[in-house]
Amino acid sequence: MITRLLERHPRFSNWLYGFTPPERGTVELVHRRVYIVPARLGWFFGGTLLVLLIGSINYALSLGFALTFLLAGLGLAGMVHTARNLARIAVTAGRAEPVFAGESAQFRLFLDGRAAFDRPAVLARHLGSGSQLVVDIPPRGVAEVVLAVPAQSRGRLALGRVMLETRFPLGLFRAWSYIEPDARCVVYPRPERSPLPPFSGEAAAGALHTPTPGSDDFAGLRGYQRSDSPRHIAWKAVARSDEMLTKQFAGDAAAELWLDARLLPAGLVLEQRLSRLAGWVLAAERAGAHYGLRLPGVEIPPARGEMHRAACLQALALYQVQ
Amino acid sequence: MIHPLAPELRPASARDLAWLIASLVLVIAPHALRAPWWLTLLTLCLYGWRMYFVLNRAPLPSRWLVLGVAAVAMLGVWIEFRTLFGRQAGILLLMLFSGLKLLETRTHRDAAIAAFLGYFLVITNFLYTQTIPTAAAMGVALFLLTATLVGFSAPQRPARANLRTAALLLAHAAPAALALFVLFPRVQGPLWGLPQDAYAGMTGLSDTMTPGSIAGLAQSDAIAFRAEFQGESPPSAQRYWRGPVLWDFVGRTWSIGPTYLVDFVAPQGGRATYRYEVVLEPHNRHWLFALETAASLPERARMSFDGQLVANSPVRARLRYELASVIAPQPALNESAGALRRALRLPGGGFNPRAGALAAQWRAASADDAEVLGRAIAFLRQGRYVYTLEPPLLGRDSVDEFLFDTREGFCEHFASAFVFLMRAAGIPARVVTGYQGGELNPVDSIITVRQSDAHAWAEVFLAGRGWVRVDPTAAAVPGRVESGLARSVPQAAALPLLMRPQLEWLRGVRDRWEAVAHKWNVWVLGYNPERQRDLMASIGMRDADWRTLTATLFAFLGAMTLVLLAWSLKRLARPDPVQKAWRAFCRKLASRGIERAPSEGPRDYAARAAHALPVARQSILRIGALYITLRYGADATAAGVARLRQLVREFRPA
Repeated sequence: MITRLLERHPRFSNWLYGFTPPERGTVELVHRRVYIVPARLGWFFGGTLLVLLIGSINYALSLGFALTFLLAGLGLAGMVHTARNLARIAVTAGRAEPVFAGESAQFRLFLDGRAAFDRPAVLARHLGSGSQLVVDIPPRGVAEVVLAVPAQSRGRLALGRVMLETRFPLGLFRAWSYIEPDARCVVYPRPERSPLPPFSGEAAAGALHTPTPGSDDFAGLRGYQRSDSPRHIAWKAVARSDEMLTKQFAGDAAAELWLDARLLPAGLVLEQRLSRLAGWVLAAERAGAHYGLRLPGVEIPPARGEMHRAACLQALALYQVQ
Repeated sequence: MIHPLAPELRPASARDLAWLIASLVLVIAPHALRAPWWLTLLTLCLYGWRMYFVLNRAPLPSRWLVLGVAAVAMLGVWIEFRTLFGRQAGILLLMLFSGLKLLETRTHRDAAIAAFLGYFLVITNFLYTQTIPTAAAMGVALFLLTATLVGFSAPQRPARANLRTAALLLAHAAPAALALFVLFPRVQGPLWGLPQDAYAGMTGLSDTMTPGSIAGLAQSDAIAFRAEFQGESPPSAQRYWRGPVLWDFVGRTWSIGPTYLVDFVAPQGGRATYRYEVVLEPHNRHWLFALETAASLPERARMSFDGQLVANSPVRARLRYELASVIAPQPALNESAGALRRALRLPGGGFNPRAGALAAQWRAASADDAEVLGRAIAFLRQGRYVYTLEPPLLGRDSVDEFLFDTREGFCEHFASAFVFLMRAAGIPARVVTGYQGGELNPVDSIITVRQSDAHAWAEVFLAGRGWVRVDPTAAAVPGRVESGLARSVPQAAALPLLMRPQLEWLRGVRDRWEAVAHKWNVWVLGYNPERQRDLMASIGMRDADWRTLTATLFAFLGAMTLVLLAWSLKRLARPDPVQKAWRAFCRKLASRGIERAPSEGPRDYAARAAHALPVARQSILRIGALYITLRYGADATAAGVARLRQLVREFRPA
């Protein structure tokens, strides 16, 4: 009931759990942010204790009292240990690689134990999607958690609220804390397959209609540039020398392809247009073409390679997004 | 080390189940010795069955099969005990359920509940025995169960680390447990009726006496009670611990018969007064034992008309009471006519004709009762009677056969024959049972009285002298009272092992052990509402009621939790020594006006400081470089850290 109440009134839960989301940089789970309540097993344990106590009184069992009280002390110590297992963990969000809409964004969280002892069985759960992982944080070490969050639509996907939870060491108590690190992932539009537009006449008047056959035409090697596609790296040559080399093809720079939103058939809504364009970007890159992107208010000059592809897709992803 | 499921929802692994089963086996081991063999075997088979399932990754048996096994086993228990709810039967069923529970244990959460059942089984062992060895064994079991539980919460952690965590948890639990033990408001149980067999197996004197009954009891080494005297303890010959007084004789058996309670009147005079404390083992009767003659009344006890201390309720838990006794006080000269008539009554039907004739002969030849008494004692003394723990069996006329034919007997034979003779001669007499002697432990000066010290003697009523104690055994076999049972029975007799004189060294070990066991009994097992009151009074909390106790308890527990929290914070807050040294270095420089900007890295800061303080340039740059190596380099050695700390300590910016 309380959970439902908190869900319906986020401001109340924000106040209760003491955060002003989202937090930049490293988030430390200070004691005030770690909550603890008995878990279901804890209630069972309490029931067992009660029966043991009544039995001890009834049979006047001194060692029965001793056992009952030792177990009660164990519960108390277990509570402190459970809270300790979570307290002062420092959480840093890592970079999340862009994904296409419909895929899952892989958010990385680094849990730094910042302690001389290990912190076993720390569960990280993404509240929005329910995606979760349990990790053991080694002493003075960092554990990495990758949370897969489904990306529904293009734009920037914020990680949202993550719960860290532990029941170690006895499982009697459940300690948890909510965090909302400032982690975002770029979500490209869902690509839609469609035939590429015709090459513009600026470079190749011969007007190739289909994906450029030129890329099959090996022309020579040149030095590797960061934007080169890994598929074009001359791995054999790299193995012989230590230098990174990229294969060049005769078709390169031959055809210049403008992926222009105006080429799309009329009557498509914005998201459909962006999906088409994303599909074109992928196809053009696969074809090894020199391509540029043109949207109302956005123009990316023709180029090729991974970075160019990413720049185009990002422009589509963030088009008219605040 | 990454798993998508929370530990409590994961299926229990073979390792976790092996831990659980090992600790359960340790817990049920003492029960297994008492249980019928088939039940022990069945429980172990159920454990083994569960292990088989996990090792072969087989699906667990169907619920119906488990229920079927349960039903058959319960039927077996019912056939064995004719009940399912007695103490013994109930505990054995619980043991069986631990095996059945394992068969429906899938996840760690289920397994944890089985571990709680294990905790429960630990306490059932204490219903039978609460000795130090039991406590130690169950302590080990508790530790293993706790380590098992830790393993359930961290399935991927090495078992060694889990054992360490369990030890740490128990160490942290101990202070709270001690506080609860001392301060938790104690209530005297039971809260409701206990099963019929709850007090089975308690030994002690009975309310009847037949030839051979005390001899049987005397073969037990079990402790009846312990007594601790303030100052000197009385010599062995004066240590007659008075128990039930037997009035009525029907052929072979003496019994207490009707009795009633009287107001206590302290005896007058006497040679010596002893103050002492008795810790009585439970014997499920009302009697309390006191050195003759009791001069005070313990709490919640009264006195019967024949001088027997009687507790208000049966002694079912170890009972501690304080008492004073005087030796040979002025006797009460009056006795009611009814009691005297009862003390003369003999069974009809012509029992023991020869003894009757002998008594009549003494009566005829004597001037008064005292002379008859003298003749009887002389008769026993000269009769060459043999004192033995294994007396021959006696027939209908038990007194005649003992006195004239077999001439071998234990104290009850002597007492019974003597009282019969006295009554036949017209002198009121009664049998008193109790204990005689007891062993003084040289280690802690506590007298331990065992069942093997059980004794029976006689009291005769003489005009002008009141009831007079006569110990016919002592008359016939003087060594019995002077030097105890061991030296007065022939060597071959079946004495309890430790009473044999050859084993002196073993007795030394035992004395030491029993001194410890006595402290255990008094302070751990005997810690009851009264002890709690006494202890509270001794630390200045007079009349501590449950409210005061609870308040104190909670204050203590709260403080305890805070201490634990502080501990956990301290472990966390302990900064990296490298960082600590660096911060000290920054402080030293800041005191010279060179403060580090928040965004300034160590290299830039050291360079700036070296420029500003050319005198200390060398050491500033060295500290900066070493810090960078230790903080960001791959090989931070302990020697390097020590070197940095030393450099910072010795650094003088001036």
